[in-house]
Amino acid sequence: MSPDGAPRRHFHDELDMLQEKLLEMASLVEHALAEATAALLDGDPSKGETIRLGDERVDELEIEIDERVIELLALQQPMAKDLRQIIATNKVSNDLERMADHAVNIARAVTRLHDVPPIPKMREFEDMIEITRGMVSDALAAYVSRNAGTARMVCMTDDRVDDLKRTIFRILVTLMLEDEKRIAAALELLLISQNLERIADLATNISEDVVFLVEGRSIKHGTRLGEFEDYNS
Amino acid sequence: MATTYDVRLGPEGAALEAKNVSVFYGDKQAIDTVSLAVPKKQVVALIGPSGCGKSTLLRCFNRMNDLVKGARVEGDVEFRGQNLYDPNIDPVEVRRRIGMVFQKPNPFPKSIYDNVAFGPRINRFEGNLDDLVETSLRQAALWDEVNDRLGESAYALSGGQQQRLCIARTLAVKPELVLMDEPASALDPIATQRIEELIYELKEEYTIVIVTHNMQQAARISDYTAFLYMGKLIEYGPTDTIFTNPREERTEAYVTGRFG
Repeated sequence: MSPDGAPRRHFHDELDMLQEKLLEMASLVEHALAEATAALLDGDPSKGETIRLGDERVDELEIEIDERVIELLALQQPMAKDLRQIIATNKVSNDLERMADHAVNIARAVTRLHDVPPIPKMREFEDMIEITRGMVSDALAAYVSRNAGTARMVCMTDDRVDDLKRTIFRILVTLMLEDEKRIAAALELLLISQNLERIADLATNISEDVVFLVEGRSIKHGTRLGEFEDYNS
Repeated sequence: MATTYDVRLGPEGAALEAKNVSVFYGDKQAIDTVSLAVPKKQVVALIGPSGCGKSTLLRCFNRMNDLVKGARVEGDVEFRGQNLYDPNIDPVEVRRRIGMVFQKPNPFPKSIYDNVAFGPRINRFEGNLDDLVETSLRQAALWDEVNDRLGESAYALSGGQQQRLCIARTLAVKPELVLMDEPASALDPIATQRIEELIYELKEEYTIVIVTHNMQQAARISDYTAFLYMGKLIEYGPTDTIFTNPREERTEAYVTGRFG
C-alpha cells in the first residue's frame, strides 16, 4: 500500500517494465553487432550461430513489446510524455529488430567470405564499423538518458557512414575490375557495407525518436536539424 | 442470442457465480438469463450503455434488489456453495460478506473513526478495534491523510477522501467480495485515479466487481470485463481482449464509440 503514492503508480510500473524489455533488446543487439563486426575484422566465422540465436530472442522481445504497447495504449490511455514514450518504444523496438537482422546478414556474409579467395584488408571497413557501432551505442545511451543533444550528434554522424559506404563501393568496383577472382569476396563485402550503412540509418532513426520523446517534435528528414545549436547540452 | 464467454477460472475458483439470472421490475425485464462467474481476487468490470442492466446485475450479487419494490429475481447466485436467494439465507449476513460502495460517498454523520468502527461494533467485533480501524484505513489508502484527526467529522473530508472512507468502512467488516457501483463518477480526475490505484491494490486480498459507465476506467483497472446490452450478457472475457480485439460485433461497436 502506498497512501502517498502517485495516483497512477501501477501504470508507471508497467511503463518501467516495458522499458526494461527494450533495454534487454538493446543490449542483445549491441552484442550481436559487436560479434558480427569482430568476426569480419578477425576473419573468424565461428560466431555466426550465437548471433543467430541472439536474433531469435530479439524477435521474441519485439513481439512482446508490440503486444504490451497495444495493451497500454488501449487500456491505459497514456498522455503527454507517457504517450510519447510508448510510441517511441514501439519504433525503437522495430529499429532494434531490424538492426539484429542486419547483424545476422553480416555474420552470414563473413561465413561465406571464408570460402572464397581473399582480397586485401581495407581500413575503410574498420572506420565504418567503429563509427557505426559508436552511433548505435550513442543512440541507445541518448535514449536511456533522454539526451536530445547526443541524439542530434548521432543524426549528424550518419553522413560520414554514407561517405564511407560510397568510398568502399568505389574501391570494391576497382578491385573487381582488376581481378575477376576477387568478385565473390568483393560482392560479400559490398553486402556487408550496405548492412552497416542500414544499421547506421536505424541508429539515426532511434536518435530522431529520442528528440521526439524529449521535445515532443519531429526532426525527421532533416526538418529541424538546423536548430541544433539551441540544444547543446 | 449467444454470449461470447471466455473466462476460465484459475485454481482459486469463483468468488461468486450467477446462473441464469433474470431480474424483473414489475412487468419489465431488466436482466435476461445472465450467467457469469467472478474469479477470486480479480477485478471484474460490468460495462454497457445506460439502462443495459449493469447496476441491476450488481445489486443481485448482495440482494440489494430486495429493497426495490416490485423487483423479482430468478435464477441462482452462488456464493460459498449456497444460493444467495435460498429462503434460508439472511440478506443482512449476505451484505456483511459482500460489501458495497456506492456512486456518491455516503459517510455516516459521525467521526472518521466511528464510521470505520460502525460495522465491526454492530457485528460484536471482539478484537482490538483501534488496530482494525487503522488497518482498514491503510487498506483504503487513507490512513496517512487522517491519522491525526480520527475524531473529526467524516464530513470534513474531501469527496475523494469520503469515498476512500466508505471503502475503509466496507473493508472493516472483512467482506469476501466488494461490489462497487460507479465509485468514482462523483470524483475529480485525481481522486478518481487514487480510487483506481486503490482498486488495483485491493485485489491482492479481495474480489471486486465494479460497474462503471466510464469505459476507459474499466480498461485501466479490471482483469475481466463483461459487456451487457439490453439486459443480456453479450461478451465476457479478459479485459485486454475486450478492448483490443473483442469477438462480438456489438462489443466492438460499443468500445469504439459507434453506439451507446
